[in-house]
Amino acid sequence: MTREAQVTREVVRIPERFPAAREWRWMFAFALALLALFFVSVGVLFVRGPGIWGNNIPVDWGFPISNYVWWLGIGHAGTLISAMLLLLGQEWRNALNRFAEAMTLFAVVCAGLYPILHLGRPWRFYWMAPYPNTMDVWPQFKSPLTWDFFAVLTYLIVSVLFWYIGIIPDLASARDRAKKRRWQVFFGLFALGWRGSARHWARWQTSYRLTAAIAVPLVVSVHSEISMLFAAGPIPGWNSTVFPPYFVLGAAFSGFAVVSMLTVWLRAMLGLKDLVQVRHLELLGLLLLVTGLMTAYGYVAEVFNAAYAGKRELTTLQDRLFGAYAWSFWGAILFNFAPLQLMWWKRWRRHPLVLFGVGLSVTIGMWLERYMLLVTSLYRDWLGSSFGYFHATFWDWSLFAGTIGVFLTLFLLFVRFLPVISAFEVTKSIDEEAHG
Amino acid sequence: MADRKNLYAVLAEFDDSARLIEATRSVRESGFTRIDAFTPFPVPGLAEALNFSDRAVPLATLAGGIMGAALGFALQVFTVLDFPLWIGGRPLIAVPAFMLVTFETLVLGAVLSCIGTMLVRNRLPRLNHPMFDADDFGFASRDRFFLAIFPDEAFDRNAVGKALAALHPKAIIDVPGKPKL
Repeated sequence: MTREAQVTREVVRIPERFPAAREWRWMFAFALALLALFFVSVGVLFVRGPGIWGNNIPVDWGFPISNYVWWLGIGHAGTLISAMLLLLGQEWRNALNRFAEAMTLFAVVCAGLYPILHLGRPWRFYWMAPYPNTMDVWPQFKSPLTWDFFAVLTYLIVSVLFWYIGIIPDLASARDRAKKRRWQVFFGLFALGWRGSARHWARWQTSYRLTAAIAVPLVVSVHSEISMLFAAGPIPGWNSTVFPPYFVLGAAFSGFAVVSMLTVWLRAMLGLKDLVQVRHLELLGLLLLVTGLMTAYGYVAEVFNAAYAGKRELTTLQDRLFGAYAWSFWGAILFNFAPLQLMWWKRWRRHPLVLFGVGLSVTIGMWLERYMLLVTSLYRDWLGSSFGYFHATFWDWSLFAGTIGVFLTLFLLFVRFLPVISAFEVTKSIDEEAHG
Repeated sequence: MADRKNLYAVLAEFDDSARLIEATRSVRESGFTRIDAFTPFPVPGLAEALNFSDRAVPLATLAGGIMGAALGFALQVFTVLDFPLWIGGRPLIAVPAFMLVTFETLVLGAVLSCIGTMLVRNRLPRLNHPMFDADDFGFASRDRFFLAIFPDEAFDRNAVGKALAALHPKAIIDVPGKPKL
C-alpha cells in the first residue's frame, strides 16, 4: 500500500472504525451534561431575565461580553492557521487545519450566543438586522453594536463555507472507502457528488485560495471591530488606538493555545502520531511564543498609553494594578506569560504534555485578561456616585460552563463523524515531495 | 468491450501524478480534445496539460465583492436617510463609520459568489454520475490517477485503446453509460 493510501485510509476510516469509542462516550456524556446545564441556564435566563447575573450599573457588560470576546478570539486561530499558512505555502498546516477550523466554527457559535443572550429580550435579536418593519426604524449603523452583528454573522458564514469546501474532497474519499451503506449515504450526500475531476480541482483551488485570501483580512476586521465595542467609547482604559491590533494578537494567542490543547488531545486519542508529528507540536509552540510575546507588547503599550495620557487613564491603570480586581490583572500576566517562557526551549516545545499545559494556562490567562479589561474599566466610573463592584453569580458561571458544553458537544460530534485531518492535502504534500 | 452506444468514456489508470500529466499531454497532442483527468488532490500543472482555464471564479469573486460593498454602503445610506439618526455630532452620512459594515458585506458578497460560482460551474452538487460506475474509480480519491477520453462523433474505440495502451497505464477501463455527444 502506498503512503498516500495509508494516510487516506487512516483518516477517512476513523468515523467508521472509531479507535477510541469508550473514551469518546465518556467525554460525550460529560459534554452533554454541560450542554444540559447550558439549556437550564438559558431557560432560567428567559424566565427571570438578566437580573440573575452579576451585571449591574456600572458593570453592565460582565460575563456575557468578556466571554463573548474570549470565545471569538479562540475562533480566530483556526482561520489564521488554515488560511494564512495556506497562502504562505506552509505545508505543515495540512495536519492541523481541519480540526482547527472546526474549532473556529464552534467557538464562533458559542461567541455569537452571548451577545444575543445579553440582550435582555433575546427572542428579539432579529431587531438588529435591517429589515422593513412596522415600526419604520432601522439599525443604527454608526454604532459598533451594529457593526458587531454584521461582523460576526459574516465571519460565521465565511468560516462555515471555507471549512465545508475544504472538507468536500475528504468526504468523497470517505464515501469511496465506506463499507456500510449508511456511511456511504451519509458521506455521499455531503460530498455533493465530488469526483476529483481536474477541471473541478482547478476551479476548487482558485475558490479555496481566494476565500483564504479574503478570510485573513476578515479575521483582522472582525476582532478589530470587537475592540471598537470598547475603544469607540469614552471609557478610561478602553479609549485607545492600540486596541484593534492588541485584540487581534491576543485573539490569535488564545486560539493557538486552544489549538495546541486540541492537537495534543486528538493526536493521543485517535493515534495520529504519524500525521500530527512532534514537529507540528514544536511549530505550535513557536506560534504560541511569538503571538504571546506580541500580546505582551500590547500590555506594555497599554501601560505606556495610560502613563502618557495621565489623569483618568492613570487612575484606571492604578485600579488595574492595585485595585479590587488586581488579581485578574496579575493572574493574566502570570497565566499568559510565565509558563509560556518554557516555549523558548525546543525540548519543552516537543513535549505534548508541556505544550498542553502551556495552552491551558494561556487559555485561562486570556480569559482573565478579558475579564480584567472589562471590569476594571467599568467598576470605577467617572463619578464617585456611580462606583460599584461586579460579582459573578452562580448563573454567570453555569452559563459559561454551558457554552463550554456547547463547544465540546459539537467538537466531539465532529471528531466522531467527519475526517478530522485534511487527508487529501497531506497526500498532496507527500506527492509533491516525491516529485521534488 | 463495451457497446458503442453504451460507452460513456474510456479510462486509463496511473499510479503516479507525473505520469498522468505526461500522458494527458501526449493524448491531447495526438488530437483527442474531449478529455479529462481524475485525481485524489489538485495536481499542479494538470490544468495546463488539459489546456483548461476558466476565469469565471476569480471574476465572479470580484463582481460579488463589488456588488456586496455597493449594496452594503447603499443600505446604510438609504436607512439613515429614511429614518435620520443624528448621533455623536457626526454627519448623517458618516462615511468612515459606514466602512466596517461595507467591508463585511464586501467579504460576504465575494465569498458567496466565489464558492457559488465554483459549484455551479462544476455542475455540483449532484447525486450520481456515470463515472462512479467505472471499476476502480473509487481509487481516484486515494492514490490513483485517471485519464478519461470521452467519445465524440468520429470515435474509434480501437484507436483510443491503442493510444492509451502506448502510455503504459496500469489498466484501461471502459465506463458504461450513455455517451454525451
